[in-house]
Amino acid sequence: MDEKGPNKSIVILGNGISGITTARHLRKNSSHSITVISEESPYFFSRTALMYVYMGHLQFDHTQPYENDFWEQNKIDLVQKRVQRLNTQEQTVVFDDGNTLAFDALVLACGSLPNKFGWPGQELKGVQGLYHKKDLENLETLSDSIATATVVGGGLIGVELAEMLHSRGKKVHFLIRESSFWNKVLPPEESAMINLHLLAQGIDLHLSTTLDTIEGDATDRVVRVHSTQKETFDCEWVGLAVGVSPNIDFLKDSGLALGKGIQVNRYLETNLPNIYAVGDCAEQLEPQAGRKAIEAVWYTGRIMGETLAQTLTGNKTAYQPGPWFNSAKFFDIEYQTYGKVSALANPEKESQLYWGHSKKNCSIRLSYHPYTLTFMGVISLGIRLRHDYFDRWLQTTTSINEVIQDLTQSFFDPEFTPNYMTDILNEWETQLSTLAPNP
Amino acid sequence: MATIKKQSGIGIGFLGLILLSTVLFTTYENKILWLSLSFLLMTLGGLFYFQTIYGKPLPGIKNDGVWFSSLSSRGLSGWILGMGLTAFYIAIYWFPEILGFNSEDKSSGLVALFDPLSYFLNGQAASQWFLYGTLYTFAILLFGVKFIWKYWGNRYQLFRTLSVMFFQLCFAFLIPEILAKLNPSTPYFAKDLKNMWPLNYYFLDEWHLTNMITGGNLGLFFLLFGLGMIFIGSPILTYFFGKRWYCSWVCGCGALAETAGDPFRQLSSKKLSVWKFERWMIHVVLVFVTVTTIAALWSFITQNPEMSLLTREQFIGGVVLFLFVLMTILFFWKKNGLEKDAKYTLVSLGSILILSLCIQGFSGQNNILFLNSYSFQKWYGFGVGAAFSGVLGVGFYPFLGSRVWCRFGCPMAAILGLQQRLFSKFRISTNGGQCISCGNCSAYCEMGIDVRAYAQRGENIVRSSCVGCGICSAVCPRGVLKLENDRLKNRINPTIYPLGNAMEVNS
Repeated sequence: MDEKGPNKSIVILGNGISGITTARHLRKNSSHSITVISEESPYFFSRTALMYVYMGHLQFDHTQPYENDFWEQNKIDLVQKRVQRLNTQEQTVVFDDGNTLAFDALVLACGSLPNKFGWPGQELKGVQGLYHKKDLENLETLSDSIATATVVGGGLIGVELAEMLHSRGKKVHFLIRESSFWNKVLPPEESAMINLHLLAQGIDLHLSTTLDTIEGDATDRVVRVHSTQKETFDCEWVGLAVGVSPNIDFLKDSGLALGKGIQVNRYLETNLPNIYAVGDCAEQLEPQAGRKAIEAVWYTGRIMGETLAQTLTGNKTAYQPGPWFNSAKFFDIEYQTYGKVSALANPEKESQLYWGHSKKNCSIRLSYHPYTLTFMGVISLGIRLRHDYFDRWLQTTTSINEVIQDLTQSFFDPEFTPNYMTDILNEWETQLSTLAPNP
Repeated sequence: MATIKKQSGIGIGFLGLILLSTVLFTTYENKILWLSLSFLLMTLGGLFYFQTIYGKPLPGIKNDGVWFSSLSSRGLSGWILGMGLTAFYIAIYWFPEILGFNSEDKSSGLVALFDPLSYFLNGQAASQWFLYGTLYTFAILLFGVKFIWKYWGNRYQLFRTLSVMFFQLCFAFLIPEILAKLNPSTPYFAKDLKNMWPLNYYFLDEWHLTNMITGGNLGLFFLLFGLGMIFIGSPILTYFFGKRWYCSWVCGCGALAETAGDPFRQLSSKKLSVWKFERWMIHVVLVFVTVTTIAALWSFITQNPEMSLLTREQFIGGVVLFLFVLMTILFFWKKNGLEKDAKYTLVSLGSILILSLCIQGFSGQNNILFLNSYSFQKWYGFGVGAAFSGVLGVGFYPFLGSRVWCRFGCPMAAILGLQQRLFSKFRISTNGGQCISCGNCSAYCEMGIDVRAYAQRGENIVRSSCVGCGICSAVCPRGVLKLENDRLKNRINPTIYPLGNAMEVNS
């Protein structure tokens, strides 16, 4: 419990991972009054799990990590209402029914909205993103009327949408602007593996293809899309997955400094006193070296929540995410990454070692500094890796030799999974022999 | 196309089942023909159906539509199957004559249909238990093949399933029958080597002990092997591998739950309240079976002093000493690892047990613990052996999930679980901060463990109930969970692992 001062009234706007993590850690360390507001859902759910509900792996309740009485037991008030605007002078939030709620501290954790780039027809029935709980419900309502779907955007949500629709027996056109799947992040070999995997699953993959217009019928239901490459795809549903942007429209006149998101300093403080922002909606004014100003990722949202809760309970703490890490799953291929591995490395700044299995969908790529041989990062497909090993290697200066030496220990696949280390070493041998010893 | 294939698979399989059921109403002359035909049809239909769904060349977990299927989400098919299974269990346990069993004369109907196989294996006419054992083994083998297909690409699942299929077929089914045929004159005793006390609750009952002791070398071997497994084999294996060596690699109940019960694993409740109930329930059963066994041994010693190695006083003294040492060790050496209510349970039950034993044991009465040992055994057999493990345990698969018995009722699981929690190298490791709280691990945990609650905090999972099936790890989309045996140090709480923070935050 925080003994340092009187209890404050802390209002958190948004019950996603960032807002809820803030609330939980606040409760852990203080007896402040905590109110979490969300219009979307009464209880916290895992947004990343929405796809599994549509696929029938889970029921919606399964996506809620805490039982419903958890919040009352922990004295975290939940309010399901829409916030219209902030009154920053009087320190209140104003709901759309005109009621207000006063705060001593306000945490903005209001997330993102799917991007729409003004395509003709983007408001037709059957055109949507997948972010909000409502999006899932819309898709479920329309699902029986969909035989063919078009998914636009070759990122993580795009491939999830493709998998979802495919799992329910829909034919899927997958339109990707790039010449290969997610090739701004994945190096060519990895990207090519995913392309082949998508095709093997039966996805109609259209690379180097961009959306031009969406065409509807008399009832304003989508019937086909046209690409700028003059191709036409008949479909009853279009999934837009071309990234997300901070959900900040309702803050336009609040006096908060807004860029692409809500601008915050290293302490997650906005330009206004007692107002903070965490998660997808926060834009770092001074991002850490090599990191983006806005990182709309589950993990960073959680870390920001933990950090801000420290500050709000008297232990002022700067946002310091550890080494970058992320993971995803492309149909059946799991992806993990730690640290930095460029899709196209500048040989002056980054060397890479790659191994890929000749038949299975497994690969691993290490990056290191070409001169100091310092280990920089890893990307793996189909091989699970231990977070703590890579975190340690990345936080301390570790040579690539040492990483390779201990690589087997960092494998995290289930017992009896074949270990390809001999194969991997053979592949890397020629390159390894040219490496200088650890300086 | 796939739909037609699936439907014809179901059709052929059901034809076999219907063929088998017709025997309930009529008797066939050529039993070999009808028996083989119905099993052949069920096998072919099943394999055809499973191959269509799971036999694709691409590996990967296939849980698509689990919550849309009426069978696996407590829909109409689930209810029909559950009620059918329950009825079958009630018939087997209490009304075997419905199935054609006749204890006085030759059986007829379904039971008699299995005569040819029974004569071939054990030289006797089939009983309702032979019928049950055959169907049980058949289900494990057929659904085992399905399970392997479904989790293709995951070798842990492959080896584990082959293991349960092997142990069921050989240890539970073939070897006991063949041994019975080779030793026709010895009195009956359980010949399934892997079916240890206290899962086999009558192992130390008076009649069973007597039969083993008078059962020649074979009987003596089973007695010594059984005792060796209880006191030496099982603790060692559990120390190195956790209780999974038994529960999901060897055990017959586990085998059925993992294979035929797999479509229902997600139906187990993950509520905190149910977990509390589970902890009480399973330990009550454990105390119940321990008391029953002590009482049984007491009456054995009382009535067969010539066969006993111990006198009554030595036996009671030994039991009290053993329980006392065990409780003391658990309480003082591991007290930080025990939950508060578990400690209370342990101490109060332990004291009651020891106190009653002292009072009763040395007062020289034939009854122990104020109870008649026969009625105790009878009630345990009815309540736990039949109603719980059979009717609730399997009949309720489609309502409560596949491991109801293992979770709430199995005293073996309780003992192994206690050791797993306190003294074992096994744990499910969590992979740092990679958890996205999606809930697949918790949903597909047949034991109702809220795996996610640990994973999202970056905490290892060390739970007494975990049977180590490995499905949480298999269905995790982000590679967060790994079953492993490792050092005891930091097993439960690894050094406060930051969930991706550069700073230390105690989560």
